[in-house]
Amino acid sequence: MISARFSGRQGDFTLDAAFDVPGQGVTALFGPSGCGKTTVLRCMAGLTRLPGGHLVVNGVTWQEGRQITPPHRRAVGYVFQEASLFTHLSVRENLVYGLRRARGPLRISEAEVTQLLGIDPLLRRPTATLSGGERQRVAIGRALLSQPELLLMDEPLSALDRISRDEILPYLERLHASLQMPVILVSHDLSEVERLADTLVLMEAGRVRAAGPIAAMQADPNLPLIHRPDLAAVIEGVVIALDPAYGLSTLQVPGGRIVVPGNLGPIGARRRLRVPATDVSLGRHAPTDTTILNALPAVILGAEAAEGYQITVRLALGASGEGASLLARVSRKSFDLLGFQPGEQVVARLKAMALSAPAQTGG
Amino acid sequence: MTEGILFDAAMLTTLALTLKLATVTTVLLLALGTPLAWWLSRGGGLWKEIVATLVSLPIVLPPTVLGFYLLIAMGPNSPLTDLLGFKLSFTFAGLVVGSVIYSLPFVVNPIRNAFVAMGPRPMEVAATLRASPLDAFFTVALPQAAPGLITGAILGFAHTVGEFGVVLMIGGGIPGRTKVLSVTIFDYVETLEWDKAHVLAGGMLAMSFVVILAMMLIERRYGTGARR
Repeated sequence: MISARFSGRQGDFTLDAAFDVPGQGVTALFGPSGCGKTTVLRCMAGLTRLPGGHLVVNGVTWQEGRQITPPHRRAVGYVFQEASLFTHLSVRENLVYGLRRARGPLRISEAEVTQLLGIDPLLRRPTATLSGGERQRVAIGRALLSQPELLLMDEPLSALDRISRDEILPYLERLHASLQMPVILVSHDLSEVERLADTLVLMEAGRVRAAGPIAAMQADPNLPLIHRPDLAAVIEGVVIALDPAYGLSTLQVPGGRIVVPGNLGPIGARRRLRVPATDVSLGRHAPTDTTILNALPAVILGAEAAEGYQITVRLALGASGEGASLLARVSRKSFDLLGFQPGEQVVARLKAMALSAPAQTGG
Repeated sequence: MTEGILFDAAMLTTLALTLKLATVTTVLLLALGTPLAWWLSRGGGLWKEIVATLVSLPIVLPPTVLGFYLLIAMGPNSPLTDLLGFKLSFTFAGLVVGSVIYSLPFVVNPIRNAFVAMGPRPMEVAATLRASPLDAFFTVALPQAAPGLITGAILGFAHTVGEFGVVLMIGGGIPGRTKVLSVTIFDYVETLEWDKAHVLAGGMLAMSFVVILAMMLIERRYGTGARR
């Protein structure tokens, strides 16, 4: 359990942010730029000191009002927006800078980190010759090797171009899957959050608007996320079958089974799906004679008006709505023609090809 | 110009004294100037600007003005002399004190600029990697500011070798004790020993050229390195 509250003024900006999130998994601090995400993260590291508030991480108190543990006495790893490698040290010296100073039991070794992040070929290169993505990987490895009990990441991908970002995301997903320590990730990119985060803390103008599991936050009709044009539902499942002849994998998700293109094996692996709301259509009966592979029973929970004569329909998978939450964006006309009502059983059709399963998450 | 002039004993004594003064002054300046430069480089405030101004005063002040006040402070019946129990004026120690004050800006300013250019980030990174502030100062701040430290040391050394007004005011030019190169050149000119003046002046010209060239080369090398 991570319990945080920071309040105080910094110039014209007033911060009063409080949230309690699980002491494991990835929590994303999400919001527009200037909403105070980075300030909260800096307060969590002790780099910024606001006299009001507290911070307790899995039973260890790092701040209680004006009693603030200095950053070097906290078991915290921090990945800055820019890699900020020490230019006077080699890649390897950068990596072990924190390791040499770490106290307590060794949780992750140099060999594990270099393997996890693919740093091995970089060790002997001068920091000046590394690409942006390579530098950020070294910075993440350096933070991990300081044996943190909490890893803080401040938009680690935002300074990178598209290619470096795609190169580094799989490493982050692997971290997520293989590390026990809680991670707080600052981001203003929702797709990044949807790939990585379990818990979402939604920030607005120095305050926390809401916090909770990402799927619940996406489907909350009182939060602004539901109005986004790129609305999607994040669903986690387990691979239960592979069909190499057709290049398909079947995932068991709460309340149903979803067929996804690609080999997502091995059987039993946990995978995360992002289902865009615009790729879900609704009907009363299971379709016949259609190219759509996925037709799942679901229950309508509610409907919200969306831009452009559309309706956002909140659904729960399963015949009695016991499963994962799903979102559909359909035209107002078809919604009214079919006369859907909350509580009604429907069949949700998912365009199989639209499903994207980030490779290699879970294990 | 003959061999005899180069090996003039008085000249060698003067040269040795000058190098000793410059070395002691430079070491003291690095030891005092680096923490001072660090303090000045972190954050603002009126107090820091006032101290920074005081540090920079010797750049614009005529050396005789500085020497005059130092002479009074180090002379008989001054509070400093009462406190110490002995006079600093016309002693080697007095020269060192004067040189440290006179060359302070030439050492502090390049080091301060290097610390400012570094920004707060490297120290923050070090703190999140469990380095205490002192640890981070020695393992991150000093190595990152190395070009500034080298520039400061060279400038401080060269400036001390070349000073004239302050040492003449507080040292007087006692052979073997307070008579440095620049004062010796002045004496040679006064007594029309042009050959000897030529040797010393030419030597100082060459040294100054080498110092400035070395600084440019260091700057170029580290300058490109720092942008990594």
